[in-house]
Amino acid sequence: MSRSLLELRDVSVSFGQLKVVDGLDLSVEEGEIVSLIGPNGAGKTTVFNLITGVYTPDSGSIHLDGTSIVGRPPHEIATMGVARTFQSIRLFLNMSVRENVMVAGYGRTTARPWQSIVRTRKARREEHEERALAEELLSFFGQRLVGYRFDQPAYSLSYANRRRLEIARAMAARPRILLLDEPAAGMNPQETHEITALTSRLRDEKGFTVLVIEHDMHVVEGVSDRVVALDHGAKIAEGSFEHVALHPAVVESYMGKGATVTG
Amino acid sequence: MSIGVDQWVETADSRRLGPSGWWGRGLHRWKSLPPWGRLAIVVALAALVPLFASDFIVRVGVNALLLALLAVGLNVSVGWAGLLDLGFIAFYGFGAYAFALLSSDQIGVHLPTLVAVPLVVVATGLLGVLLGLPSRRLSGDYLAIVTLFFSQIFLELALNFDRLGVDLTGGPNGIAGVTPFHLFGRSLSSPTSYFYLFLLVLTVVVTALFFLERSRTGRAWRAVHDDALAAEIMTVPVNRVKLMAFAGGAAIAGLAGSLFASFQLGVYPLNFQVQFLIVIYAALILGGSGSLPGAVLGGVVVAVLLDLLRDPGQASAAFYGVIVITLIARVRPWRRLGAIVGATVLLGFIVHLVATTLWPSAFEGEVESTGRLASVLDSWIVVPTEPATAGNWAYCALIACLLALPLLRGWRRDALVVPTLYLAAFVWETRLVGEPSITRQLLLGALLVVMMLARPQGLIGTPRVERV
Repeated sequence: MSRSLLELRDVSVSFGQLKVVDGLDLSVEEGEIVSLIGPNGAGKTTVFNLITGVYTPDSGSIHLDGTSIVGRPPHEIATMGVARTFQSIRLFLNMSVRENVMVAGYGRTTARPWQSIVRTRKARREEHEERALAEELLSFFGQRLVGYRFDQPAYSLSYANRRRLEIARAMAARPRILLLDEPAAGMNPQETHEITALTSRLRDEKGFTVLVIEHDMHVVEGVSDRVVALDHGAKIAEGSFEHVALHPAVVESYMGKGATVTG
Repeated sequence: MSIGVDQWVETADSRRLGPSGWWGRGLHRWKSLPPWGRLAIVVALAALVPLFASDFIVRVGVNALLLALLAVGLNVSVGWAGLLDLGFIAFYGFGAYAFALLSSDQIGVHLPTLVAVPLVVVATGLLGVLLGLPSRRLSGDYLAIVTLFFSQIFLELALNFDRLGVDLTGGPNGIAGVTPFHLFGRSLSSPTSYFYLFLLVLTVVVTALFFLERSRTGRAWRAVHDDALAAEIMTVPVNRVKLMAFAGGAAIAGLAGSLFASFQLGVYPLNFQVQFLIVIYAALILGGSGSLPGAVLGGVVVAVLLDLLRDPGQASAAFYGVIVITLIARVRPWRRLGAIVGATVLLGFIVHLVATTLWPSAFEGEVESTGRLASVLDSWIVVPTEPATAGNWAYCALIACLLALPLLRGWRRDALVVPTLYLAAFVWETRLVGEPSITRQLLLGALLVVMMLARPQGLIGTPRVERV
């Protein structure tokens, strides 16, 4: 049996009396794009928080390429190859666009403070490489985030550009798996269409494995190799988009009992 | 040829109306210089000061450079990493006391300067790591309270260590007889030599921090300031980075402490009270928290102001000067300004004439300002025989007037400005000039209030945006 890149086994977590994730099994293979769907409060973002180490599961195991990551601090998990974006965008607003991306290079670089101060050859080389990488990643979005934008503060960006910048920042951590939390939220139809294309490009051009939370079913249909549906913290359906979208348990969780989908 | 949207945005700054004339051209040329060029010009100008200035001015300069160094150190933990560290003064004090112990008769140790100073800097940095530990769990107000406690603990220890068997700190008497710095075969004794030493140290520290700000460490600090969770998720070990900021700021404070101890030839608990912590914060905030040149400028401005206000004559000149400049800058058109000034002058002479004619015995006091200014003021301001009581009442009336001013509009406000100005001069002459220690704090406070209303980002800081 081949080893999955990311593997959650029987993971549960409760906040007080409330069981938010309940015995979840989830695996993502190398090079896959997997969508995580479910109604509000189903526990999707909590799953991201468990994978990135923000929360520690009460029980169960999480493995990244065979190595257990449960109980490790988030920055260590990130350095091992898990990067994410946030549902409510969390940029470093007072730093420049380029610097936002370069922050994610911290775990990969090693220059000590004194080396940066006396500007050793290694420190300068690292700095140069990080800068070049950041500018290359920002050009992934066409002309929107390049040129004069490099030095503008992140707070000056539009909403859609902030989302793009957050994706660029996550890419700069050079992750093996990229977790996108509702990348199309708050986007207009054209931008949503672009996000769909972008998510595929992340895999096809950059080689990332992607786990994406999404509410927009057009995006889910457009990008997913596989769809996993959650409700009340448990997996209720898994498989192709057609299979999951028409699955009675999924329809019930979104529409209520007794609803059917025709066509 | 049409211009693209992006170029339009790109050139936005140059199209914005900046200051014009020689000031605008100078500012533009200054900004187009490379950073090292700006540094070289500032250092060269500062280095000229002792050549023309008296010993007193050079001492003021040393104080200014010391405060600038402290503000730059505080900027590391507060301005960049966003850790509200109220224990900073403890690091400064620890550095000063540690240097004093290593180069005085207190415990009979006299280490060479070049051994003692690095030892002190490293020890203070380690203390920074230790006292920074609460920042792993706490942030914002909570961290501030805990670190304020460290400041107080340090002061209590310094005051009472003489009663604990081994007399390390000299208790309330402090440690006198600290040996001055001994560098390159000669002892530093004159204020001028210390001025150049402080200038050299400040230049080196600022240069080092300039490179650090642009390195992965500096970026990590600023990222933690903006959003600690996002920084952690983006591979930054937040707790370690916070401790590094604490240690960096503390090490600079320790360096400043040892310089101070040798310059003053002694250390005393009074030097490390919380009041001085507030002065360091005032310097950083006034200059622009988060900005390296801002911290230096703030330190110099605040130190020079505080030293100027020590002398009644200079304090009066500064006080009336600021009032006149504010009037000229804020009151338009000229007609209105003339009316207000004329009415104020007239009011003064009338009050003086009426008071001295009707109750000559009650107004036999003298203005407390000195010099040429005093002879002019003497026939304008009435000074009661018992200035303290009248001054106190006038002080209350002045505050009432100041509070009422923003509530009024139009000619009513202008009319109220006249007695307010006279009251301000009256309070100044009867009450404030005589108590410089209180007055300078008061004026510094007023300056900060005005600054925070007019330019919350500080003199040369950039405005910050908080996540909502």
